[in-house]
Amino acid sequence: MAVPWTLRDLEYWDARIREKVAEFGLNCYPQEFELCDHTQMLSLMAYSGMPSHYPHWSYGKSFERQKTLYDHGVSGLPYEMVINSNPCIAYLMRQNSLALQILTMAHVYGHNDFFANNFTFNHTRADLVVETFKNHANRVRAYSADPSIGIDKVETILDAAHALSMQCRRNPAIRKRNEAEQKQVAMAGPPSDPFQSVHKRPVTQTPDLNRVPLEPEEDVLIFIRDHATNMPVWQKDLLTIVHEQMQYFLPQIETKIMNEGWACYWHRTIMNSLELPSEIHMEFLVRHNQVVRPIPNDINPYHLGLKMWDDIVRRHDEPSFDEIEEMQQSPQAISRPSGREAIFHIRDVDRDVSFLRRFLTRKLMHEMDMIEMEPEGDDLIVSRVSDEDNWQEVKRTLIAYTGMGSTPVIRIVDSDHGGNRTLLLRHEYDGRELLLEYAERTLRYVQQLWGRRVVLQTVLDDKEVAFSWDGADFEQA
Amino acid sequence: MSTIFRDYSSSDALQSDRSSGDRLRHRQKVRDAIRDNIADIVAEQAIIGRSRDTIVKVPLRGIKEYRFVFGNNNAKAGQGKGDSQPGQRVGKVPQPGDEPGDGEAGDQPGVDYYETDITLEELIDLMFEDLELPDLERKALRETISHAATKRKGYRKVGIRVQLDKRRTALARVKRKVALDHPEGEGGDTAVEAEAIAAVQAEPVGGGFVPIPGRFPFLKNDMRFRRRSEATDYDSNAVVICMMDTSGSMDQQKKYLARSFFFLLYQFVRTRYEHVELVFIAHDAEAHEVSEDDFFHKGESGGTLISTAYARALEVIDQRYHPALWNVYAFHCSDGDNMPGDNPRAVKLAGQLCEVCNLFGYGEIKPSGYFRDQDAMLGVFKALKADNFQAIRIGDKSDVWSSFRNFLTRDKAGLSTIT
Repeated sequence: MAVPWTLRDLEYWDARIREKVAEFGLNCYPQEFELCDHTQMLSLMAYSGMPSHYPHWSYGKSFERQKTLYDHGVSGLPYEMVINSNPCIAYLMRQNSLALQILTMAHVYGHNDFFANNFTFNHTRADLVVETFKNHANRVRAYSADPSIGIDKVETILDAAHALSMQCRRNPAIRKRNEAEQKQVAMAGPPSDPFQSVHKRPVTQTPDLNRVPLEPEEDVLIFIRDHATNMPVWQKDLLTIVHEQMQYFLPQIETKIMNEGWACYWHRTIMNSLELPSEIHMEFLVRHNQVVRPIPNDINPYHLGLKMWDDIVRRHDEPSFDEIEEMQQSPQAISRPSGREAIFHIRDVDRDVSFLRRFLTRKLMHEMDMIEMEPEGDDLIVSRVSDEDNWQEVKRTLIAYTGMGSTPVIRIVDSDHGGNRTLLLRHEYDGRELLLEYAERTLRYVQQLWGRRVVLQTVLDDKEVAFSWDGADFEQA
Repeated sequence: MSTIFRDYSSSDALQSDRSSGDRLRHRQKVRDAIRDNIADIVAEQAIIGRSRDTIVKVPLRGIKEYRFVFGNNNAKAGQGKGDSQPGQRVGKVPQPGDEPGDGEAGDQPGVDYYETDITLEELIDLMFEDLELPDLERKALRETISHAATKRKGYRKVGIRVQLDKRRTALARVKRKVALDHPEGEGGDTAVEAEAIAAVQAEPVGGGFVPIPGRFPFLKNDMRFRRRSEATDYDSNAVVICMMDTSGSMDQQKKYLARSFFFLLYQFVRTRYEHVELVFIAHDAEAHEVSEDDFFHKGESGGTLISTAYARALEVIDQRYHPALWNVYAFHCSDGDNMPGDNPRAVKLAGQLCEVCNLFGYGEIKPSGYFRDQDAMLGVFKALKADNFQAIRIGDKSDVWSSFRNFLTRDKAGLSTIT
């Protein structure tokens, strides 16, 4: 494009960016950049940027789809792709201009810092990621090559596992109780009541200690792996692989808004401090604004994230009169951190849901014209706007769809329902109904893995319903 | 620690088509999905008489990636364009699967193909697979050997190797030798002699040609090639007349069977004749000449008069395809519900058709589940005695191939063998 560049240029600008990264106190993994062309980028997108990944037809489908969209000019390619690993690996498109490369590198350091410090990424074992994925790939390939298994059987299991992979625990900060602890909780009676004599005696239910699981279980794949009868070891291994990969990607889904906002905040800060030549700076401004512009009727995580980080900094550094008053009532009033200190703390301890809940203010929502939309026939109609009475409702709706919130919560309640090893699943209804066609087809996958009848309880039109599938007949009760 | 940069290497890029295996698997899935719906697709698509490279759009079901997802009837939050008011209409409800997937494992069902492009060639292969055609016979149908007739037209000294006439070439050499051996007159042909000498002189001496004593090699000038020229063969014109009952009772499944039969016939005729034309005659109570598209898509209603189609076919043959210049192949598909009063006239006209056609056939399409005794027209056509007529019954797709073979054995022009 405008200025031809060489690898030397990138190294020069990288060194400049790294000075700033250190100066601002970002705490990054070592960084690696790899240059690639557009076909490689399309491939990387299909495999989530992993240098090695197990094969499955859905990645071929994803590639073809991306390529079709790209070839027809419907969608462009990302400027970069960065994966959460130590060292942090990022890919740069060689066709991009120098300004775009500098912008991208600065952006990547923002992600890198976020991966390295946010609590949700603690368990992802960034230093082993590349090897883990390679190991998974080797295992899957070995099963495909095994004459007694073969690629068809492997893909059938993977199809089912992929369908259920999102049905897992959401917040890694909440520890899962082990079986013994679950038992203790179940056996413990209600807390002793000092006013027992005056209170009505509570009806106590004897806990069914033989029920498996004792507490409703959200990790569907893992539960099926551990409790399905007659499941061959290789199938269990495939379920483990799919589950582990989802555990790796989960933090990225859970922190999309924070993460993108954080990277945009820092690429802007770094770029503004670099004293760029004016033509590069101009191009940077254009690109930056393309990335962080709002998308009508939707949420652009880049835009929302950046807005919120900016707002947090402003509230700490230049609070308005109301905000000072408000803050003096809060427990943090004694030690008032600076804007920078505050955002570094938040980047460690929050995920999107808590980030929005804590820091998305009514003022900001009004400014961004946050709305709630409801379908009416084929049309989307604005049902609420962020005014005095409704902003909290709008915020609730927004949070409901944030991160893993857009996946319904399905829990395994009983693995021996009705005494015939029927698997009972319950959709935790929160006012949002399941898409029936998809639920029905996904239920078939559960049955395929479990091997016996499965029942799904959910709510449709405010009525409790249960769907059951035993491999031959679909029933609604 | 400093940042590591890995430069782009074009050789890596060439080798890095890592998704090829998965793309192949995906394509296989697509193919399977198409094959599962082949009857619907063939009944829907215009395939007869189109180029093999034509790309057809095929609707697909069955390669969605299902998950538990929320329906569309729930409220969602988004950003307005500023100053949004409750009750304002802001857009359309997205369909399931419309969500753009992001780089990571998306939390929404990915976009699914609702249609895909395949070439007609692929579609035909799938149809052959579905009809369970034997491989050998499939090949015979697929290779369109157009019958290009040529005629001998003398000899010449240049040409391609396969046209070399060895006998005449050898003779030319002998002539040259004789001429050289008798340099002076003796009744010899001076013209031949002069030519022989000229030929030797014309041969480049320095160009590697070393005369070996005692041998008399061929020279370029001795070569004689057969000369061929294209001959217009008036016998190579054929027309396929497809007639079909389009009354309401012909459903998709029946049309699929009819279409595959017409298709086989067309392909087969095409392998034997250079120039093949197609005529589609749709009929209910009256007959019309239509395009292929209309032929399979226009659902008509009302009674059925088979004779009208035959009358129309005779008219078309009379006007455009005189049997002296054209080989006429006619086939009629129906489900056999003719008005009883029309039967005698139908048989009479069918007889006339037999006289002008190489081959005329009637196929009664009765998918299983129909009563056998309703083979009304099959019974009626028993009255028609002609060597090149055949009435057949097609019950389901496995019958198509066998009835097609049967039908061909009646051909006047002796085209009975396929392989």
